[in-house]
Amino acid sequence: MKKIELNNVSVSYIVGDFTNIGLKDVIIQKIKGTYVQKEFMALNDISFSLNEGELLGIIGTNGAGKSTLCKVISGIMRPTAGTMAVRGSIASLLELGTGFDGDLTVRENTFLRGAMLGYTREFMNQTYDSIIEFAELKEFEDRKFSHLSSGMKSRLAFSIACLVKPEILILDEVLSVGDGAFRKKSEKKMLEIIDGGATTLLVSHSLAQIRRMATKVLWLEKGKQVDFGETKEICDKYDEYLKKK
Amino acid sequence: MLQKLTAQIRQVKKYQFLFSELVKRDFKKKYKRTILGMFWSILSPLLQLAVMAVVFTKFFGRNTEHYIIYLFSGNLIFSFYKDSTNGGMHALMSNANIIKKINVPKYLFMLSKEVSSCINFGLTLIIYFIFVAIDGIPFSFRFFLLLYPVACLLIFNIGVGFILSALFVIFKDIQYLYDIFTQLLMYLSAIFYTVSVYPEKIQKLFYFNPVYVYITYFRRIVIDGVIPGVKYHLLCIGYAAAVLIIGMVIYKKYNYKFMYYI
Repeated sequence: MKKIELNNVSVSYIVGDFTNIGLKDVIIQKIKGTYVQKEFMALNDISFSLNEGELLGIIGTNGAGKSTLCKVISGIMRPTAGTMAVRGSIASLLELGTGFDGDLTVRENTFLRGAMLGYTREFMNQTYDSIIEFAELKEFEDRKFSHLSSGMKSRLAFSIACLVKPEILILDEVLSVGDGAFRKKSEKKMLEIIDGGATTLLVSHSLAQIRRMATKVLWLEKGKQVDFGETKEICDKYDEYLKKK
Repeated sequence: MLQKLTAQIRQVKKYQFLFSELVKRDFKKKYKRTILGMFWSILSPLLQLAVMAVVFTKFFGRNTEHYIIYLFSGNLIFSFYKDSTNGGMHALMSNANIIKKINVPKYLFMLSKEVSSCINFGLTLIIYFIFVAIDGIPFSFRFFLLLYPVACLLIFNIGVGFILSALFVIFKDIQYLYDIFTQLLMYLSAIFYTVSVYPEKIQKLFYFNPVYVYITYFRRIVIDGVIPGVKYHLLCIGYAAAVLIIGMVIYKKYNYKFMYYI
């Protein structure tokens, strides 16, 4: 069964002018007739589909549109053109450690994040201890979140997000969380979820990791889809492209 | 229709936990790292009231009965309006980090801000009634009718919040414009003066100011001891409903576009 299907999906941001110049200048420019809205195609005509249990590696240089693609699939952003179908519950781990509130304690933040991910209060009450244990933050529970190190923050975010067994898992550069020991633990946890039949999207700059884990690969460059297909073939091509650069 | 409604209710239920956590967060954050904590929400309107009473009693207070309560009513309602709409305006942008990363309905951030300003208002309202008692106005069951303008004002604030937060995502200037606007609105809301100094025709113009209508409702009940007419009730709910509908239309139309701007 197709879990994720994208047909000619495009996303364009409105950049420059509009947001930065403010109301006054917009009105003046509109009167003068010099007003133009600039657009920036973050994703341009992307099409692919994934079956249940597949792991898609997304590669491309910085600014290729990888993170935007993850946002579109997790439903945070709507595509400006094209159609898309995503079937199943999603857990998306985008840029861990952001979106927490520095003024609140670790415990408060854990509950808040859990609530945002759609967990119920009962579920959080039951699993709170195991989250903290997995994140190894027992003695920091009542500390202010801003006092944590960045590694600790990502560890907590990872632990909260990976508690449930999602059908679709979106990982944006997250398998490099924390120190060596935690990385091993988190990779194991990830693999558990993936082996459980979750369809996974993995954004990574580590080609070795993609080669090892992915069943399909999508190569993006400046928002355009360069290639989509078998892992080995595309990784080889990408390797060559990077060397030439 | 019914199906849509039950789906809506299910959604509200689903986000109930998130909503209560957000309210808690907004409330905690407001008073974190202040020694006086929650007392600020009582102290700040009292200080404002004190200054106004000292300054204006000489000018306007001579012919007005229960001038302190007159002043307090105006201040109370206006502060609620101002706090809550200002909070609503910033609600989306100050949570941009979350909205960008996690798929949650954005209006929840706005509503939670409104609820925490409402709690604040509730605290000031208690002080208000203490003042009312001290000033020798006997308690009456009429006071329960005050729930009506408060509810209307809450709806009104939510509507304004929707409009402002959407504008603020796109135009950052709106915060300065709105500052000027609220200042003007304050002078036009007859907080420290009475409208009776104006000719009849001009007095009627005041009804175009929704905040003035809500303030007047309060004064009628508490100071004049009468229940305002049907006209007031219709105006109260009319303004609230109109603004809420406009706000919701704007939100519905643009909410997914916010992502391109944040």
